[in-house]
Amino acid sequence: MRTGTCLAVVAALMFGATAVPAHAATLQIVMENLVVSPAEVSARVGDTVEWINKDVFAHTATARNGDFDVTLAPKKTVTSVLTKAGTVEYYCRYHPNMKAVLKIAP
Amino acid sequence: MFVRLTAAAAALSLLTGAALAQGAKPTDPQIAHIAYTAGVIDITAAKQAISKASNKDVKAFAEDMIRDHEAVNKQALDLVKKLKVTPEDNDTSKTLSKQASDKLAELGKLSGAAYDKAYVANEVAYHKAVNGALETQLIPSASNAELKGLLQTGLKIFQGHQQHAEHVAAELK
Repeated sequence: MRTGTCLAVVAALMFGATAVPAHAATLQIVMENLVVSPAEVSARVGDTVEWINKDVFAHTATARNGDFDVTLAPKKTVTSVLTKAGTVEYYCRYHPNMKAVLKIAP
Repeated sequence: MFVRLTAAAAALSLLTGAALAQGAKPTDPQIAHIAYTAGVIDITAAKQAISKASNKDVKAFAEDMIRDHEAVNKQALDLVKKLKVTPEDNDTSKTLSKQASDKLAELGKLSGAAYDKAYVANEVAYHKAVNGALETQLIPSASNAELKGLLQTGLKIFQGHQQHAEHVAAELK
């Protein structure tokens, strides 16, 4: 782990700031009353998503392209790290009327 | 397809017809009873599906129905307790229950893929009918804001179920 960090720093010094990914951010996506908000979010690879389910119902965040499928128990929060770039439409498998978009930049 | 649409139309007209026949819009205690009854009906149908269905997606759908409708009904019970409202039986609830027990008996005679298809087709029709009743009758008639809010959440849940059921039905073809 330490070695990895050092290597990354060395690499950054060698290749300049442009090669260093921006600090990973954490963004929150809330499911409440059968609505996903925000309905559209921009993120980057490496960012963490906190999926917050405020409903008494179970939900999922299921990517149409198969990139992710997160299951959310009632009143629970689940975190996942975005690993792949792309504009991903996702929905809840239990309530397919819940739909949203995640735009993941490389 | 034709049968399914007919069933949906019949259920919807029964729902609205029975309520309208009383000459007045349903009261909150009646609305609470209708909404709760509608949930219980779907839970009962789902329990039958879990024991009878052969397709795994159909079984999973039935489990989703039990989980969601039990959660909605628990909220409904909590709300009527809080509001000190006693749900009141009425013609719409009675019609719904009668129709549901007939449907349960009819589905009970089927098995295998035929059962799976018939159960899911009825789920599409049933949710469509309940959604229609919620939109045109129950939500506009509800006077308590919290009851109205719960019905609106229920409508979104049921619309989700309808789409889910339509998806499962399409997969069965």
